[in-house]
Amino acid sequence: MDFLIFKAPMLMVQASLDGILLGILFALIAYGMALQWGVMNIINIAQGDLVILGGYIAYTMYLAGIHPAWGVIVSPIIMYFVGVLLYKLVINKVVDRDLFISILATFGIAIVFQQLMNFVFGADVVVAQSEYGTTMLFDNSVTLPNSKIFSAFISVLYAVALVVYMKKSRLGRAIRATAQNARAAKILGVDTEKVYAATFGINAALCGIAGALISITLTLHPYVGLPYTVRSFMIVIVAGLGNLPAVAISGMGLGLFEEFADYILGTEFRIGAVFMLLVFILVYRRFKLSKKREYLK
Amino acid sequence: MNKLVKLFITSISAITLALVSFSSSFAKVEGDYIVLGSAISLTGKYSSNGVHTQNGYNMAVDRINKMGGVEVQGKKYKFEIIYYDDESNPKRAAQLAERLIKQDGVHYMLGPYSSGLTKAIAPVTEKYKIPMVEANGASRSLFTKGYKYLFAVLSPANQYLEVAIDLAVEKNGGKGVRIAQAFEQDAFSQDVRLGILDAAKRTGSEIIIDDKLPKELNDMAATLAKVKATKPDVLVVSGHTKGALTAIRQISEMKVDVPMLAMTHCDAAKLSKQHGKKSEYALCASQWHKNLSYKDKFFGSGKKYDKDFKKEFGYAPPYQSAESSAALLVFKDAFERANSFDRDAVRDALKTTEMQTFYGNIKFGPGGQNTAKPMILFQVRCKGDDCENKVVAPTKWASDKFYHPIPKWSERS
Repeated sequence: MDFLIFKAPMLMVQASLDGILLGILFALIAYGMALQWGVMNIINIAQGDLVILGGYIAYTMYLAGIHPAWGVIVSPIIMYFVGVLLYKLVINKVVDRDLFISILATFGIAIVFQQLMNFVFGADVVVAQSEYGTTMLFDNSVTLPNSKIFSAFISVLYAVALVVYMKKSRLGRAIRATAQNARAAKILGVDTEKVYAATFGINAALCGIAGALISITLTLHPYVGLPYTVRSFMIVIVAGLGNLPAVAISGMGLGLFEEFADYILGTEFRIGAVFMLLVFILVYRRFKLSKKREYLK
Repeated sequence: MNKLVKLFITSISAITLALVSFSSSFAKVEGDYIVLGSAISLTGKYSSNGVHTQNGYNMAVDRINKMGGVEVQGKKYKFEIIYYDDESNPKRAAQLAERLIKQDGVHYMLGPYSSGLTKAIAPVTEKYKIPMVEANGASRSLFTKGYKYLFAVLSPANQYLEVAIDLAVEKNGGKGVRIAQAFEQDAFSQDVRLGILDAAKRTGSEIIIDDKLPKELNDMAATLAKVKATKPDVLVVSGHTKGALTAIRQISEMKVDVPMLAMTHCDAAKLSKQHGKKSEYALCASQWHKNLSYKDKFFGSGKKYDKDFKKEFGYAPPYQSAESSAALLVFKDAFERANSFDRDAVRDALKTTEMQTFYGNIKFGPGGQNTAKPMILFQVRCKGDDCENKVVAPTKWASDKFYHPIPKWSERS
């Protein structure tokens, strides 16, 4: 087997940049998931469907003649309220229950969202055009769509803004306090109910941003949400909860790993390779944990 | 008391059952109506194409009924279709096929949308010996299982892009070409791939990239980077509408220059509308195009079908609708030649079908696939921002000249 990627060093650059740019976008979705998982102990299966809904908001704007990039401002605002509403309707009933119940509930939400989007927007695959053009590097041998650069830039911008918000603002501190110990936070006067609603809203807003970016970089379809859920789930598993730099690095790392797996193992093993990596990491972690336990003994 | 209630319930259900089975034995032909059944995707992920299929069926039923219906043993009958929504789910489709046959007493079936769902239904119709004419299941595996009651009016999937390879070889002065291909890992796309492998062998072409795209993949950047590095003569992509849209988006963004680009599902993806000029010069496999010169007495020509369909449903008919309409013409013809409602007689008549419809010539091979109709290729061509699909192959039907090679991105405005 000859590995094309080792023959052409420019492909290595291309693969790395593609992987990193896409990884940053996935890290944004994963960060939302880590946030509400950490705070509310809920694994949100509907994460990907929130992303797609956000994308459809941008696509609707595009159809109305507005540039879809404005979606990165409009979509999170709408999605925040969708998230809060979702919390009030369903999530608050499962928030302190068994993890399994929350998975079931959000799985149900995912199905409802898919069908609703199918009903409203139709089952066709759609794309919004940004017309951002292409950046060419190294004498045209490496090409980067500006839409991908734009989406990575926006993702970083929002992520940094969120970190600052979490550190400095009252609500941010309340969210972090609730994540650490909900009962203690409650005793000290934090309205945890409000914190939960806001957290879920913020998560949905992050999904909205990612969705708007996906509408101009990839494609939209009512039923493609699940791969985004799985991808962000993996990133969170690798990175751990409540650690933004780790989420960002693990997002980019997975993006890179996937691109290189594509070249070396073949496209058909691309997703499989990521799952293999996940299994490896889980086993490794267990191994490390058990060592620690022995030490404690 | 409890026992009495149980007895009552049992007897009621027994009577109901008896009534159901009794009524069903008459249901195949009710009065002046020949009842056909179809499970079709009206909701779920295939719903757009499911609706195209249903519209095609309905259009043909109306037309045939209006023009005198079906004459069997000197009596005129009309067509009627019982539809159920299979929710784009193969399991549900198989259940509904059972229900159509056992409860509704349907004796003749029309196919669902997509190869996957047809595959789910075919064993059921085969088991009950129900003739099924289908118009939307192209997967080659449907025709290699030895089904005796399955008839498809469309060309099998492996033929979709063979023409494209022939065309590339022709442009290369009869010498083999270097092919890069990316196919989704589903039954249909993999069948298309097999067709390409055959064509490559036949023409002495070489396959230099052979990527299998995972179903959940929406990013082809890696494949396209390889294409850029290896510079093949032809790039072939098949991954349903998602694949077509992703390919065009990323080819244009990454400025990938290939002399020839061949795809499937361009019209279903509304490629020329969604991507406009970026999709120009793409070659697309299609079962049908309105400009083909086939004719029949019900719909006239393809152009007339296009016009009538637009009038009735408000949009231009995709090939999924045209082939679905053709399925009913086939049924009508078979009933009249069989001159009977006996299922086996109808099946035998279907087997010997040889006719021309506005959609194309129809003659069934031993596996039930249509062997009389070639696939066509069209090319997206633009005037300003207005893009249209022009038939370029086979030459007999071509309305425009095939534009080759595709100009480089740096030369395209």
